[in-house]
Amino acid sequence: MEVPILKQGAVLIATFQAALSDADLNQLRMGLVQQVVKFRSRAVIVDVTAMDVMDSFASRTLREIAHMIRLRGAETVIVGIQPEVAFAMVQLGLTLEGVATALDLEEGLAYLNEKFKTTN
Amino acid sequence: MSVGEIRVPINSDQDIVSARQKGRGMATELGFSSGDATLIATAISELARNIVSYAGKGQITLKMVTGSSRQGISVIASDDGPGIPDIRLALRDGFSTSGSLGLGLPGVRRLMDEFEITSQPGQGTIVAVKKWRQ
Repeated sequence: MEVPILKQGAVLIATFQAALSDADLNQLRMGLVQQVVKFRSRAVIVDVTAMDVMDSFASRTLREIAHMIRLRGAETVIVGIQPEVAFAMVQLGLTLEGVATALDLEEGLAYLNEKFKTTN
Repeated sequence: MSVGEIRVPINSDQDIVSARQKGRGMATELGFSSGDATLIATAISELARNIVSYAGKGQITLKMVTGSSRQGISVIASDDGPGIPDIRLALRDGFSTSGSLGLGLPGVRRLMDEFEITSQPGQGTIVAVKKWRQ
């Protein structure tokens, strides 16, 4: 199952589906970085609202995506982590240290707008 | 309600997804809260991933269990892989031999109520965990 990547101005939006395999996640990682380069995007929003399980592999991949995109000079925001998923992640010992998160897509866009304003 | 026993063969990363979906389905059917079903599905995901990363193939067995006054779910992950030479080390946070985060086993132990592991080098690994309905 491929993750659709939407381009909205300088921001790319990737929306996760529920049942992503490791291969899907790896593909997304490559796809996002390539598109950030291609479109000279300034930010990426990864919407994980539909994800019902965030295990160690998924959260490591998200962290890697954020770090790779930062090396390109762009920003990543993870949005929509469900409360139950957040609870399970903490129990499992997973963190998304150094990665920006926001409640939902709207908040994520607002965060980026604010950030771009102050850096312009 | 007949939930019985579900066996999910684990041979690839796609099977990890299928195992955790079946686990969540069974947990929900057994009356677990959606939060607990998420913990169970996450634990299954980690156990299935261990099978794929270390043994290549194995299976996950999901079963309803009945205690004296409670009901729960049992998840057994088994493989015929290389086994774990030092279980104590494998249960320590941060330890990994596959380049992963090394959170798998200690994390699974925190997600579930009961945790048991049997493994010997060359003889595969069996991890049996249980969660009781609150």
